Amino acid sequence: MTALLEARAISRSFGHVRALDGADFDVEAGEVVGLIGDNGAGKSTLIKALSGSLELDEGEIWFDGSPLRLTSPREANDLGIEVVYQDLALAPHLNPVQNVFLGRELSRRGVLGRFGFMDEKEMRRQAAASFAELGATVRSLNTPVGSMSGGQRQGIAIARAIAWADKVVILDEPTAALGVVQTKNVLESVKRVRDKGIAVVFISHSMPHVLEICDRIQVLRLGRRVATYRGSETTVETLVGAMTGALDGREGAA
Amino acid sequence: MSTSSESRVGAANQPTAAVSGADDGDESIVKRLLSLQAIWILGVLIVICVGFSVVAGDRFLSAGNFSLMSQNVAVWAVLGVGMTFVIITSGIDLSVGSVLVFSSVVAAKVMAAMGGNGPGVAAAGLVAAVLSGTAWGAVNGILVAKARVPALIVTLGTLSVALGLAQVLTGGIDIRSVPAELTDFSAYIKVLGIPGLPFVALIVVILGAILLHKTKFGRYTYAIGSNQEAARRTGIKVTRHLIAVYALAGTLAGFGALLSLAQYGTTTIAGQSLTNLNVIAAVVIGGTSIFGGEGTVFGTLVGLFIPAVLQSGFVIIGVQPYWQGVAVGSVLIAAVYVDQSRRAAAMRSARSRNPLNRRGSPRGSQRRESP
Repeated sequence: MTALLEARAISRSFGHVRALDGADFDVEAGEVVGLIGDNGAGKSTLIKALSGSLELDEGEIWFDGSPLRLTSPREANDLGIEVVYQDLALAPHLNPVQNVFLGRELSRRGVLGRFGFMDEKEMRRQAAASFAELGATVRSLNTPVGSMSGGQRQGIAIARAIAWADKVVILDEPTAALGVVQTKNVLESVKRVRDKGIAVVFISHSMPHVLEICDRIQVLRLGRRVATYRGSETTVETLVGAMTGALDGREGAA
Repeated sequence: MSTSSESRVGAANQPTAAVSGADDGDESIVKRLLSLQAIWILGVLIVICVGFSVVAGDRFLSAGNFSLMSQNVAVWAVLGVGMTFVIITSGIDLSVGSVLVFSSVVAAKVMAAMGGNGPGVAAAGLVAAVLSGTAWGAVNGILVAKARVPALIVTLGTLSVALGLAQVLTGGIDIRSVPAELTDFSAYIKVLGIPGLPFVALIVVILGAILLHKTKFGRYTYAIGSNQEAARRTGIKVTRHLIAVYALAGTLAGFGALLSLAQYGTTTIAGQSLTNLNVIAAVVIGGTSIFGGEGTVFGTLVGLFIPAVLQSGFVIIGVQPYWQGVAVGSVLIAAVYVDQSRRAAAMRSARSRNPLNRRGSPRGSQRRESP
């Protein structure tokens, strides 16, 4: 199976810092790929490159079998690629429905739509459907998300991503601030997204979570991919070793 | 006028509540309404009105008196609509009063130059006032959104510049050549029993409420005030939208300038120094958060009537009208304090929403520690 989204030897420097140094990365449809690495390994830079938020110095991004030059996040969104950022990027005063459709509101039909009037009913129906599909527990569709728990907000952020992404969802530390029960819900949601045939990139510092849900795990160190493992065949020790360079895993890159 | 306008705006808001409350049951609509600061302030306004009516009877509770109050509120209501948008983006516009003065001077000059009276002259005045207001608003918006100077400073600056330029243009002397069409409109015309100026202001308020609550423009205004970065990431053109919001506030100040000319028959160069603060106070009393992200046009309207009703009532019952300032200032602080405590309480209850956690069961206490 060929990769749906692939980075080939991409590089990017910020001043003297080489954040990405010929990094490779690939994810296939219907799998969860863990992206791990120590702080400063280039994880954030890599996802920015994959989602159109960053220009590359060298290298190529391939999508669906052809090379791609992304110049804005909007282009990535149009291709069906969405990112759920660590800080969620929800508007706390808006309700879940308004957040899911933020920036992409459905217009009313006819003249009213031209004037910017929105089809609230349809947006509400679709948002409720995507929450149900994800198994996200959303307390109320009318309450501002700022008054909801971290787990619910994470659920809404993921639901927003999959409502728009039919190809790739990138999750940046989705379990970082969550309790035990909430984390379990989020991991369940991730599995459901994968089972829909969507490619999921899962970034986390929590090795147990990575091992629990990732089909493959790719390790970044010093701006390049140093190893790829099957989730079912590796251990926390191996992953930490590859991240820190304690293992001599440089040739391990697939 | 007060009651009729409130029920109209209320009716404009109804469909949202009905649609979104559809499958959460009636209870949620009631809860949602009660969570609106504007509803509580409306209650306060009604209590004040009832109080004055009991003490002063017909002298307070007459069509004539309410008509007079609505006259006094009309210009501020137009400015208040723009201010509501600006404050919801977590901005502020201190320049509205000066922009009004400048625009009225420009309009008066244009009308004087065209000479005399006639609907054409009045229309030219309208165009001049609105264009002048829009230009000032756009300057504010560009400085805030593009140059990233804090809104407080930008609009403090344009407050001074616009007023200064108005004084330069006139030598500080008010221009009194206002066409009779305008002053007559204010003095004699009635639409549906409402005097001309308040009627026009009411139309602006209704259009403003529709724009804020029903359209994408309004939705983006809330989103930017709530989380600017999130708005930007979802593809909303934040800079452009902010410029548009400040330009809207300026445009309405320009329109208000023409209403003010119609009302007083003269420019009011020295008379608008507290207009900005009065309008901001009304917006905040009406439940619009100074931190952005929430607020309603309806609340602003209610917030405007509280000072107007107090002023009128105090005069009628023979209390020194200076007490109005004391009362309004106190209401302002109380309103924000109550609103903040209510919001803090809502946040707390959200954190421990699960009823099982309330019982102090071991699981409950454990979970509360974990986040």
